[in-house]
Amino acid sequence: MATFSRFGLAICLTVSWVSFSSAARPSDDYGIPQVAEINEQISVVWKDYGISPAPEAQDFEWVRRVYLDIIGRVPSVAELEEFQRDRGKDRKKNLVEKLLNDSAFTEEYARNWTTIWTNVLIGRNGGLDNNSQVSREGMQKYLRDSFARNKPYDQLVREVITSEGANAPGMPNFNGAVNFYMDKLAEDGVQATAKTAQIFLGVQVQCTQCHNHPFNSWKQDKFWELNAFFRQTRAQRDRGMEANNAMGMAMSLKNVDFRGESGNPSQAEIYYELRNGLIEVAYPTFIDGTNVNPNGMVSQVNRREELSKFVTDSKEMQEAIVNRIWGHFFGNGFTKPIDDMGPHNRASHPELLTYLGEEFRGASFNIKELIKWITLSQAYGLSSKITKGNEVDDPTIGESPKFSHFYLRQMDAEQLYESLIVATQAHKTRADYAEQERMKSMWMQQFTIAFGTDEGDEATTFNGTIPQALMMFNGDLIKEATSVKPGSFIATLAANGDDGKEAIRHLYMATVARRPTKNEMQAAGILVASHKGNTAAALQDVFWALLNSNEFILNH
Amino acid sequence: MSIPTGMSRRHFMKHMAGASAMVAPAMMMGNAIRANAADLTSRGKSCIMLWMGGGPSTMDIWDLKPGANTGGPFRPISTSGDLQICEHMPKTAKIMKNLSVVRSMSTREADHGRGRYYMHTGYVPNPNIEHPGYGSVVAHELFDQRPYLEIPPFVSVGGGSVGPGFLGMSWAPFTVSSNGQVRNLKMAGMSEGTLGKRLEMLKLVENGFINQRRGPAAEDHAKILNKTVNLMTSEQMKAFRVTEEPEAMKEMYGTNGFGQGCLLARRLVEAGVPFIEVDLGGWDNHANIFNTLSDNKLPVMDQAMSALVTDLEQRGLLQDTTIVWMGEFSRTPRINGNTGRDHWARSWSTVVGGGGINGGIAVGETSADGTRVETEPYSAEDMMATVCRAMGMSLETTFTSKNGRPMKIANGGKVIKELIA
Repeated sequence: MATFSRFGLAICLTVSWVSFSSAARPSDDYGIPQVAEINEQISVVWKDYGISPAPEAQDFEWVRRVYLDIIGRVPSVAELEEFQRDRGKDRKKNLVEKLLNDSAFTEEYARNWTTIWTNVLIGRNGGLDNNSQVSREGMQKYLRDSFARNKPYDQLVREVITSEGANAPGMPNFNGAVNFYMDKLAEDGVQATAKTAQIFLGVQVQCTQCHNHPFNSWKQDKFWELNAFFRQTRAQRDRGMEANNAMGMAMSLKNVDFRGESGNPSQAEIYYELRNGLIEVAYPTFIDGTNVNPNGMVSQVNRREELSKFVTDSKEMQEAIVNRIWGHFFGNGFTKPIDDMGPHNRASHPELLTYLGEEFRGASFNIKELIKWITLSQAYGLSSKITKGNEVDDPTIGESPKFSHFYLRQMDAEQLYESLIVATQAHKTRADYAEQERMKSMWMQQFTIAFGTDEGDEATTFNGTIPQALMMFNGDLIKEATSVKPGSFIATLAANGDDGKEAIRHLYMATVARRPTKNEMQAAGILVASHKGNTAAALQDVFWALLNSNEFILNH
Repeated sequence: MSIPTGMSRRHFMKHMAGASAMVAPAMMMGNAIRANAADLTSRGKSCIMLWMGGGPSTMDIWDLKPGANTGGPFRPISTSGDLQICEHMPKTAKIMKNLSVVRSMSTREADHGRGRYYMHTGYVPNPNIEHPGYGSVVAHELFDQRPYLEIPPFVSVGGGSVGPGFLGMSWAPFTVSSNGQVRNLKMAGMSEGTLGKRLEMLKLVENGFINQRRGPAAEDHAKILNKTVNLMTSEQMKAFRVTEEPEAMKEMYGTNGFGQGCLLARRLVEAGVPFIEVDLGGWDNHANIFNTLSDNKLPVMDQAMSALVTDLEQRGLLQDTTIVWMGEFSRTPRINGNTGRDHWARSWSTVVGGGGINGGIAVGETSADGTRVETEPYSAEDMMATVCRAMGMSLETTFTSKNGRPMKIANGGKVIKELIA
């Protein structure tokens, strides 16, 4: 079916090429049918709303975007220059493919998506408390291996849902995937149930633990039927192995026989309480109503394995992941929030969402394919400059996103951190991977706020407010990056001689991926003069100013 | 601390103002130039919100049901007001003449995120718009009345608050930990002259980007830069130095995060900050609730809350400081199989007192087992309207969200009349 729609689309695009030269041209889709379909469906909505899209972003802006979004940092000056040397019409496609497939970028690609998914699966705080049951390092190791090998998404989901084994690297039977559920099994696995539904299926069911959902069709019985899949799961402490999890406990996740709450394993049922105190029974049943043999013996029915089949076969999973990835690249998903989907929260582009879900399944859940379709689309390549023709497209005032200009968004703290390391060439002398991640985690701690609930809700102060600005003004990371001590990035740049102009151009390229304007060059020249020949001091001022600018911190 | 040496604040701000005169108004570094007349005598109304993250069981604290099968083990005790409260709140009992309990709260949001949002904003979550919370609303309304204020008008101690929504990032809470430590406040190895030069350079880049019409995020960034410069160079930041309080004062509040947070809140009220929220989490007691309350949560809360009210009163600040105590919801009257209580929003209590509020009374009633409100039910909107009125704000105030939709302050809630002094 997907194939037919693609075919139909190609014809449609040819026609539009003839009639409106500014609409998506065939040359814009690089011969990739999914890109063509995205372009078509996005532009249909523009027409419906009488919106004209922003002009195309400047090349370097676009390059900066793909580096930030795909590998989690800004491009280096050398990388920008390399792109500039490619004058072919496929140069954007070439760059995306290089970032995705060239082994030189594998580590950074895996690091970026590991960061993103670690935060999704265990939160920014997961595994960082003393005595945590979670090994953050274990979670990261699993994800890093998965993304480095470009594991198909359905396989990743299956492995996480069915995971058994030890949580920390170095333990026998180590399986980092177990860290997702490790601290979510208290109170009969309420959190395991809620987070599995929210993250992998894009449905929010946490309220239906206690009552029917007020806004969607979820009923309390569905929550506990889903919950029944987790009743064979046990987290156990591995005493004597603590040394393997520096910050927390050594733990294992195991499947054990579930004998039901009335001791009959062949009908291993659970009970839950209605608001009026009445007790109801539930058996493992997926959200679409399909149930499994209620036998609780692991040798007969492995409930999480059954659940993983339901999840990976579901339409919900393919659309939830498309929505999440789309939201990552566009700053807005098709729904808001991205993980609360369903009839009560209509998608901005429902057909496109369905289409991409099917195509992603058709592409064997190859995440890199999905990334390629999105980043090569016309909408992703638009400027963030707002024009008269698209100023109505503003999701911040409650309009559903039309993707007619690129939506500004702030870098994540992790992106800032990695960007500074590359911008200052510090990556050339980095410690080993685990040590790097530990240092980054420690630095990240200053931004995290926990809300004091059992659900581990949290927020970050790296959100564009004063604490962040103070960190950018005065923090150690910035102090280090702008240091002028011998051998530092600035000192090296200053030592290259000339009047500093070349060095200033370099700083602009390294931070905001453009050349300074005439005014800016003039102002920088005044700075250089005021430092009476101390070029390093002047460069330090310029670098500091650039790092503190909106243009740097905002992905645009 | 961070005041540039050898250069007065005034000189410094002038320097910045001169620099900004030639650029777009969105980037007005040093907009606190008006700050010179530090007329502290005109210090206006403030509000301290004590936010109980997780949803405290109010029928074990403020509305006891001794003898009911839902009642739990705690006994009520008499207070200096016209109502009884839990036996594990003996210090607060002594100052209850200043605080009133609304026992007829009835809301519908029993999910943490949704409840936190609703109780903070008076609006149920809506995917299409973000509403401003109490702190941002109050800061927005009262900021102009305090031209002397150089530090943020909305401080969240311990985090967990709700943000500014459509009012924009410049009304976001300034989040600090309960020891009042503000990270990275010290200018890092640069003189004020250097900072001035750097800011001029920064301004060029910042405004260049804004002038390309990149949208509100670019402008918000500039506003936050201004506020940050103001704050870095302000003497008023000493209000955050709660560690400099005498030991006896620290001990009166309790030498724990919440106690010190409340003490910090009092210092900030003295400095003229209109809204301070102090967080105490850990009320999500699905299991083992009674031991947790009597051994841990209530002693901490009792000490800090009573010290705060006493201290404000002794300093003559209580009449201008409205105090609000609430969580996102409460807990089931029914005690579950783990000796816990689950989420419950249908019948519960909040507490208000201090400036503009009649203290010492209980408003409304719940049924004998605590499962129903038997008098007029009150909502988050009503609470917010009452607090706004107590602070002298007009309930006719209307915000216009960015899409032009008018939004009434407190979402049109009705004032709880018995409470208004």
